[in-house]
Amino acid sequence: MDLLVLLIPTFPLVAVLLNGLLGSRYSHDLAHRLAWGSVGLSFLCSIGVFTETIRTGVAREVVAYQWIFGGDLTVNLAFLIDPLTCIMLLVVTGVGFLIHLYSVGYMHGEEGFTRFFTYMNLFMVSMLLLVMGNNYLVLFIGWEGVGLCSYLLIGYYFDKVSAAKAATKAFVVNRIGDAGFLLAIFLVFVNFKTLDYTQVFAQASQLSTGMATAIALCLLVGAVGKSAQIPLYTWLPDAMEGPTPVSALIHAATMVTAGVYMIVRNHVIYDMAPVALSTVAWVGGLTALFAATIGLVQTDIKRVLAYSTVSQLGYMFLACGIGAYTAAVFHLMTHAFFKALLFLSAGSVIHALSGEQNIMKMGGLKAKIPWTHALFLVGTLAIAGIFPLAGFWSKDEIMAHAFVHGQYALYAMAAIGAFLTAFYMFRLTYLTFYGTSRLDPHTAEHVHESPPIMIWPLAVLAVLSVLGGFLGVPPEAGWFHHFLHPVVTAVGAGEEHGGGVGLVMTLMVVATAIALLGWGLAHYLYSIRTEAADNVAAKAPGVYTTLLNKYYVDECYDALIVEPVKRLGLVWDWFDRTVIDGVVVGVGRMTQSGSALSTRIEKYVIYGALNVVGYANHLAARSWRRLQTGQVHQYAAIIVAGLFILVHLILAWWTGTSGTGMAR
Amino acid sequence: MNDVSMHSGFPWLTAVVFLPLVGALLLFFVKETAVRWVALGLTLAELALSLPLWIFFDPSTPRMQFAEQVAWITAPSINYSVGIDGISLPLILMTTFLMPLCVLVSWTAIQTRIKTFMAALLLMETAMIGVFVALDFVLFYVFWEAMLIPMYLLIGVWGGANRVYAAIKFFLYTLTGSVLLLVAILVLFFHGGQTFDILLLSGVEYPSALQSWIFLAFFAAFAVKVPMFPFHTWLPDAHVEAPTAGSVILASVLLKMGTYGFLRFTLPMLPDATDTFTPSMIGLSLIAVLYGAYMALAQTDLKKLIAYSSVSHMGFVTLGIFALNAQGIEGALMQMLNHGITTGALFLCVGILYERTHSRLIADNAGLTGPMPRYAAFLVIFSLSSLGLPGTNSFVGEFLVLAGTFMWSKPAAAVAALGIILAAAYLLWMVQRVAFGAPVAKTAPKLIDLNLREWATLTPLAVLVFWIGLFPNPVLTPMHASVNHLVEHLDQRHTAVARRGTLGTDGRWLTITADGEQPPASAKSHLPPSTIGQTP
Repeated sequence: MDLLVLLIPTFPLVAVLLNGLLGSRYSHDLAHRLAWGSVGLSFLCSIGVFTETIRTGVAREVVAYQWIFGGDLTVNLAFLIDPLTCIMLLVVTGVGFLIHLYSVGYMHGEEGFTRFFTYMNLFMVSMLLLVMGNNYLVLFIGWEGVGLCSYLLIGYYFDKVSAAKAATKAFVVNRIGDAGFLLAIFLVFVNFKTLDYTQVFAQASQLSTGMATAIALCLLVGAVGKSAQIPLYTWLPDAMEGPTPVSALIHAATMVTAGVYMIVRNHVIYDMAPVALSTVAWVGGLTALFAATIGLVQTDIKRVLAYSTVSQLGYMFLACGIGAYTAAVFHLMTHAFFKALLFLSAGSVIHALSGEQNIMKMGGLKAKIPWTHALFLVGTLAIAGIFPLAGFWSKDEIMAHAFVHGQYALYAMAAIGAFLTAFYMFRLTYLTFYGTSRLDPHTAEHVHESPPIMIWPLAVLAVLSVLGGFLGVPPEAGWFHHFLHPVVTAVGAGEEHGGGVGLVMTLMVVATAIALLGWGLAHYLYSIRTEAADNVAAKAPGVYTTLLNKYYVDECYDALIVEPVKRLGLVWDWFDRTVIDGVVVGVGRMTQSGSALSTRIEKYVIYGALNVVGYANHLAARSWRRLQTGQVHQYAAIIVAGLFILVHLILAWWTGTSGTGMAR
Repeated sequence: MNDVSMHSGFPWLTAVVFLPLVGALLLFFVKETAVRWVALGLTLAELALSLPLWIFFDPSTPRMQFAEQVAWITAPSINYSVGIDGISLPLILMTTFLMPLCVLVSWTAIQTRIKTFMAALLLMETAMIGVFVALDFVLFYVFWEAMLIPMYLLIGVWGGANRVYAAIKFFLYTLTGSVLLLVAILVLFFHGGQTFDILLLSGVEYPSALQSWIFLAFFAAFAVKVPMFPFHTWLPDAHVEAPTAGSVILASVLLKMGTYGFLRFTLPMLPDATDTFTPSMIGLSLIAVLYGAYMALAQTDLKKLIAYSSVSHMGFVTLGIFALNAQGIEGALMQMLNHGITTGALFLCVGILYERTHSRLIADNAGLTGPMPRYAAFLVIFSLSSLGLPGTNSFVGEFLVLAGTFMWSKPAAAVAALGIILAAAYLLWMVQRVAFGAPVAKTAPKLIDLNLREWATLTPLAVLVFWIGLFPNPVLTPMHASVNHLVEHLDQRHTAVARRGTLGTDGRWLTITADGEQPPASAKSHLPPSTIGQTP
């Protein structure tokens, strides 16, 4: 069992080393087989670990080796296997495996084929460390590791300037979150003298509310960065510069959910900090709504999905914030299924259209790429929350929990968000696959269905998107909840089980109605009266432009943060050259022209530098006039001789006063 | 006198110190064409010679090991006294490790006076290792000053267009500090029982007022070397003008002399003054961290960018030292090594690029990934290491420094954490502009990927980056005993001071007023931080 655990991250690591160091020596075929093969093996090991955990019902820790040992701080590279980790393992390796397979087809013929798979496998290693670590620091290695891979893969098309910028932006914005995370780690260490989860959570009850809140909020800063929540979400839409499988794996299914995982993992601390918890809920609720409104008007197929991801992550945060941790993980899992499906089918569309991503130049693709259409439609139904697909169960559970626990404002935000989600997703579907073709003629000639290696992984994801929700049925009492129960004992929840069957059923009906309403409106605007959409936009041009420009948040950040920071750098540069170096040079000049002026500079008198600088400057001035290297030797000799004499003078003085030279 | 009897047969440290010096003399009898190979052989032999120091080092004791002592001058008593502990050992190994790489990178870059150049490198090596092993103040000072001359020559003779200005500025600036160091040494000599023995002097309690004066004198010498804000302006000039090997030595080893001085002299000898000045030192360190980062953000010249990043990184080192706890100091030591490895490597990268395009400007060196994929990979690896990515060497050090700082003051750690955000910004922005995009027409034809020699120069450093990042314990283990001893020594001193009733109430060491009183006799009997067993 221990070996099985250790093997999970080892397989992709071996693939990284082989492909990274030797990849240029062998064929692309071997490279991709190593890549998906290793992830597949990890998946099999994960299943083994998962079944073992079900059988024994206990968490276990596996130590690989002692990593850092300094002062009274000891950190092991060690893993914790519990139900939460098992779920994450299955999602990461399972979805990861499918996306690797898909990539073989999608990336075929790309120049950096092997490099792509090396980064993807490195991502798998990091993500596995992230979800498997038994302490904060291993989590943090994974955390930064996935950030690195995200950076490398966003910048995969390195000759594209926009890609390079997006990559830098993603990493730097994430770093802001990471700094918060680091501070949380130090707070944990100072309070507990350990970074191991089990020991920390066992003693967590000793924390004061203030300290728990501080830790929870610092962690939240990290989570907000990684999971692209307000106010640090702006990197995620830009991250779509990366190849589509990257968007599916990293920027939808796995990495961006790391923040949710971290909060659930630390729920013991969050439960002690009501202020932090409600902050989480409101950040999530606002993000869910806010991102959905931007998604309404975007025209890039991947960007719509990106904003949808931001919005769905908001639902997970909302769930965490109201104590519905199981629901958060449940939505994390179903979202991984249907969002990976949506991104990969979008990739299939882009593949079919030779790189076109603008939905205004699509339309009528249903007949030309029927498989992609069917799969994308399944994804849309799932994310919109149409009964009985996966998204319905997980989203409904979050909304119901909010309602039952009296969080009506949050419920309202989630409900409006759900309506908007259904609307923009069906808008996307209609504009892409239905109506008349708006393709440019050249592209239209080459439209083709994707190869089986791309379609089959999609089919598996589609099945999961349809059936995955049943793991959590009935709500709050399904298999999923029982399995996670040992890890996630939420405060107050669980026991109450909502407000009885009647209320739960009513809320389900309402949720379905909301989703259908969104679908209906999209159907009306984009299928029945296609000119109506433009009319709506024309009637409220201000709103439309604001949404199209994403509320100008990027522009604000640029103007308020990025540019001032760069300018400040320039100001300091000027200050450094003119003032600080000016003082240095000025002191030299002053002493050269006479020591009268320099007496004013008290500082240099205190440091006693005055005479030496003056004397040496005199020498320097001479060297200036004759820039011969011979002069340098002479100069050095004078310095050494001077020192020699100085030492001897002092020693002579000491010999003369040795009787009284003792201090004590 | 030597507790490590197994080494008593062979004066190992003396051999390590003087092999390069002998080699430098030997070079003058070598044919011009063979100089490079002989220099490479000598530096490799030196590396091999220094490895046993690590292998046979006993990590369980803070005592000086491989110690040797020979009387040099009898009145006043000045000894040739050398030895190493867990603080100096890693720095010596780093030095011997980097020197062959410096020879390799100068292989074709240096065309004139190659013999003198290599000899200067070897002289430099003797002086630098001498500083790390010296246990006698006079001996220390001789090596300390001896470093200036070859460095001055490296910059002044083989440097860039403005080399003479940079060389003189470097020389004068560091010399000014050094002279005050000499004065401080002499004062210590008179107050500490008329000995130059560093270990004995570390065991003496000096009056608080005197400590403050000596602290300032030490500070002048060490802060210039580090360099701490606002004494850093010699650094960018020196780096920009120095040849690549000079930049590497400057960044990797010379800057560490300052922080080594703080650890070896300031902390153990002047504990009261250290307490008095700690808030200022932390303040200056924080300024350096942020200021250096902002400066790096504004640079258009690659070497200047890395030079200012050094100011920021060395700010982390002084931050860790003056956190005055085990995490902080071990982190600082780690960061000294990591900065040596990573920044050294970045300077090598710039040098390799400069040899091709003859420009260090970011704007001239764009889009390297296409024509130079291997080079770009190394550049990205070292940049990531420099910004402290977990899994690379710098993370371990930075983490320990921040942890130590956090225990000293939470706001200080929060400010320092801003430094790691800015580090990501200036390094990745640099990578974005240099590695990504399309090459500039002017330099595009010159962009040829690494040759075997350059590959051999960078690979050992990349291996170290990951090795230390993933398995830092072999590097950390030798430090523990010495660092713990130092921290205990400081703590002990605080307990002694507490008995005089000037310590704060919350258990943290507050600023202690310099009262200049003679301490009670009972508090006098401190052990020196390390001892080689001789009696005073």
